[in-house]
Order: sequence, then structure tokens, then C-alpha cells
Amino acid sequence: METAIFFIFAALALGSAIVVVAHKSPVYSTLSLVLTLFSVAVLFVLLGAPFLGALQILIYAGAIVVLFLFVIMLLNLQKEETARNVRGAQAWVALIGAVVFAGMLVLLFWRRAAPAAGPLTEELVSLKALARVMFTDYLLPFEIVGLLLLVAVIGATVAARKSSDSPGADLGFDRSDEEPKEARP
Amino acid sequence: MNVNPDLIATLVKYGVMFAVFINVAPIMNWVERRACAFIQDRPGPNRVGPIGLFQPLADALKFMFKEDVTPSAADRPLYLMAPALALLPAFTTFVVIPFGPDLTVDGRTIPLVIADVDTGVLLFLALSSLAVYSLVMAGYASNNKFSLLGSIRASAQLISYELALTIAVLAVIIPVGSFRLNDVVAYQQAHVWNFIPQIIGFLVFLIAAFAETNRLPFDLPEAESELVAGFHTEYGAMRFALFFQAEYTNMAALSALGVTLYFGGWSLPGVHLSGWLGAALGLAVLVAKIAICMAVFVWVRWTFPRFRYDQLMRLGWKILLPLSILNLILVAAMTLAGWLGSAPNVS
Repeated sequence: METAIFFIFAALALGSAIVVVAHKSPVYSTLSLVLTLFSVAVLFVLLGAPFLGALQILIYAGAIVVLFLFVIMLLNLQKEETARNVRGAQAWVALIGAVVFAGMLVLLFWRRAAPAAGPLTEELVSLKALARVMFTDYLLPFEIVGLLLLVAVIGATVAARKSSDSPGADLGFDRSDEEPKEARP
Repeated sequence: MNVNPDLIATLVKYGVMFAVFINVAPIMNWVERRACAFIQDRPGPNRVGPIGLFQPLADALKFMFKEDVTPSAADRPLYLMAPALALLPAFTTFVVIPFGPDLTVDGRTIPLVIADVDTGVLLFLALSSLAVYSLVMAGYASNNKFSLLGSIRASAQLISYELALTIAVLAVIIPVGSFRLNDVVAYQQAHVWNFIPQIIGFLVFLIAAFAETNRLPFDLPEAESELVAGFHTEYGAMRFALFFQAEYTNMAALSALGVTLYFGGWSLPGVHLSGWLGAALGLAVLVAKIAICMAVFVWVRWTFPRFRYDQLMRLGWKILLPLSILNLILVAAMTLAGWLGSAPNVS
């Protein structure tokens, strides 16, 4: 039963990941990305980490990809037509990706001789254990990541403000203290 | 034939909850129209059956026999998939809602919640956050400007409100110490209903719930006076009915989460429920509480005017989000000070 579920969702994850890259319509690509993320979340649950699975759906599928879709539809991107112009760049990116992937494979089989950690147990991936490790052993990296995200948010805000003198006006927001403008979604 | 008894129990429990939630839409259809008629001082549907009670049946028949039209310019696969997808989160989220005390049948204890998982509340939030994709798909696939505008609004609205909603829910979890909704109910039975110490969080949850279900005053994706019918402009017959069904089922599921988090769920203060009678009473209490919430949804819809799009965004990001974080800090401080008491028997 579990094996069957694993194979179904592993195939779904791979298939939809290929659609994400290969499909010409950005909306289809984004919706396939949702399917990929959902399938990976199911794999997390099968591994005994339902917390990670739920967070994967909640944060990635539920929020971040919605933002992608929002931008794609706001700009009304049509089907991709300029694919030939970026073939060269694509080849380079694919090459780098292949090298990294090969490196990971080599590392995986090379390390096989000495397994570093045991299998994932319920204890290891439970919510409490995860929280304890995150706020004790890995507190500094955790805080640094938080700081990094904050910097990114501030950076994005500053960049958006510079590009136009009324920030976010074209997104339908207005400045809080001014007379409200007509919303232009 | 040797069948796993746990599987049978789960199927029976799902059947019970499905029976409750599938009937929400037709009943609410009647309630909504009668209530709005009452608020607007007119009779409303009162011809089919006693006080118009059979009107939903007539509507359902009408939906089934109407012609099913697909616009020629529509993106066919997405257009057909969107209404079906709308029902998926609506009929999966209620699996984590507990609806009664543990039952003992044949020596085995059966918790009266379909999926008794550690990540209960998170699973609910994760599944309900997928609801927006059907709206977005419907609007995009219809190839209609009004629909597309509705979809864009839906996605922007979801991002603005889900954060506040999630943080408000997390504040409930802090004193309980468990994502399991049965533990939340047990905690409230031992102490006090959560809406008293967490009134700020409850208000944030309430407002965000209206936005999350696209109900007036936040029905911007639909906004019939601006966008014809928003994301489902191009849908008719049974496909429209599916969106309708999904909207009301989502409302009921979110109401169920709300009453479980803030109003004791299936329990009543000072009453100890157990056994089969307790299970039946628990379900009845839960349904009654959901019904009260749904009445509030209807009451608010016909009382308040619609927010403007920019006002909605401002309310979400500049008022609700800071308020929910303030509530989180307050609840954490109160828990540390020991004012909220500790949770009973949480492992």
C-alpha cells in the first residue's frame, strides 16, 4: 500500500516537474509546480514527517506559488514565444545543473560505505524534537536565516519604492495617509 | 472477508461528517435567501413547499437540467477542472475536526475525529489554502476579463489574509501545546473557552475567515456589481452549482474550525459527555454551533457594504497582521506567567 502510494506520487512529482520546465504556458507551468509540491509533501508524510508535509503545502503551495500566479496573471503573460533566443543560456544552465547533480550522485555512492545517520524515526522528525533542535543546537543558523529573510524583505521594499514615486500604485495599493485613489487591480 | 476495523470506523466517521457537510449548501441556500428577504423587508422564496423549504430542491433540479456551456475561447482542460477542484479542499478539511468524545466499541477506543493526526490544525490550514487555485484556474481558463480580474483579486486577497489567520490560530495552540484539535477541546473543557482570553485573536480569525471564504464584506473575487460575477462569470448549470456548494462547504468547515478553536468545539461547559449518547450529543452541539456561525455569516453579508480593493489590502497587512502578532505575544506571555493554565494530558 505504502509502496504503491510512493510510486504514484514519485511519478507525479517527476512528471509534473518536467511539465513545469517544458510547458509553454506560464500558468500551466505554475499549476504543475503546485502538483509537484503537493506530491513531494505526500512523500514527506510517507517518510514519517507529516509536519514538514503540512508546512510544504501551507507555505509553498498555499502562499508562494499563489504569489507567482498573481504576478503571471497581473502581467497577463501569454504563451512563451521567445524560447529560441535563450537556448544558449538554457544550455549553460542545464550543463551546470547536470554537473551539480552528477556531483551529488558521486557523493551519495562514495559515502555509502559509511552511513552517517540512521533511518528517520518518529522521534527524530516529531514536532517537539524538531523545535528543540532548531532552538538549541541550530539556534544561530536559525536566527541568521531569519535575519537574511528580513534583509530580503527590506531590500525588496526599497527596490519597489525607487522604481516609482507612488509605491505600489500599479498594484492597487495606495499610500495609507493619502486620499485613496481608484483601485487598479 | 477480513476487513480492517479501523478502516470501517474511518469510513463510517467520514460518512457522518460528509452527510452533515453536503447538506450545508442546500439548507444555506434557503436560509440565505429567506434571511436576506427578512433583512430587506420582503417575503423571499415562499411558494415551493411550506415557507419555501423545497426551493433548494427546485434549484438543484434546475441546475441539473440546464444546458452545460463551455465558452469557445476557454482553456478547456483547466475550465473543466476548476469546479471539481473547488470541492476538493471543501470536503477534505473537515477530517481534522473532532465531533464527539472517544467511543469504545468492542474494546477498542475510537476517537471521534476522522483523521486523528499530530498536525491537525496545520493540515486544515494547508488544505484550505489550496482552495484559491480553483478560483484562479476558473478565472484564467474562462478567458474573460472580468473573470481574470476576479482571479487576480482572489490570489492577492488570499496572501493578505492567510498570514493573519494562521498566526491567530497559532496563538490558540500555544497554551494547549498540541496541534491536535481534540487536545484543544480538552483544554477548553478544563479551563475556559478560548475566545475569552484571546478575544483579539478571535476577532482577527473572524475577519480573516470572511476574507478566506470570499464572503461579503470581502467578496472581491466575485463582486457582482463590479465584475459581473467575478471568477465564475462564464460558468453555468451544474458547474456553477459546484462553486456554490464549495463556497458554503468552506464556510461550514471554517466555522467548524472556529468553534473548535474558540468555543469549545463539541463540548459544553460543565457537561460531561461519553458513550453513544455523548457522541450523538457532541455531534449535535457541534452542528448547532456551526449553524450559529453560519447565521452570523449571512447576517454580516446582508448588513455590511463591500470593502474597496485597496482598503481590503490595507486592512489585511496593516491592521490584522500586527494585531495577530500582538495577540501571539500576549498569549505567549500569559502562558509563561501561568495565567492560562496548562493543558490536561497532552503527551
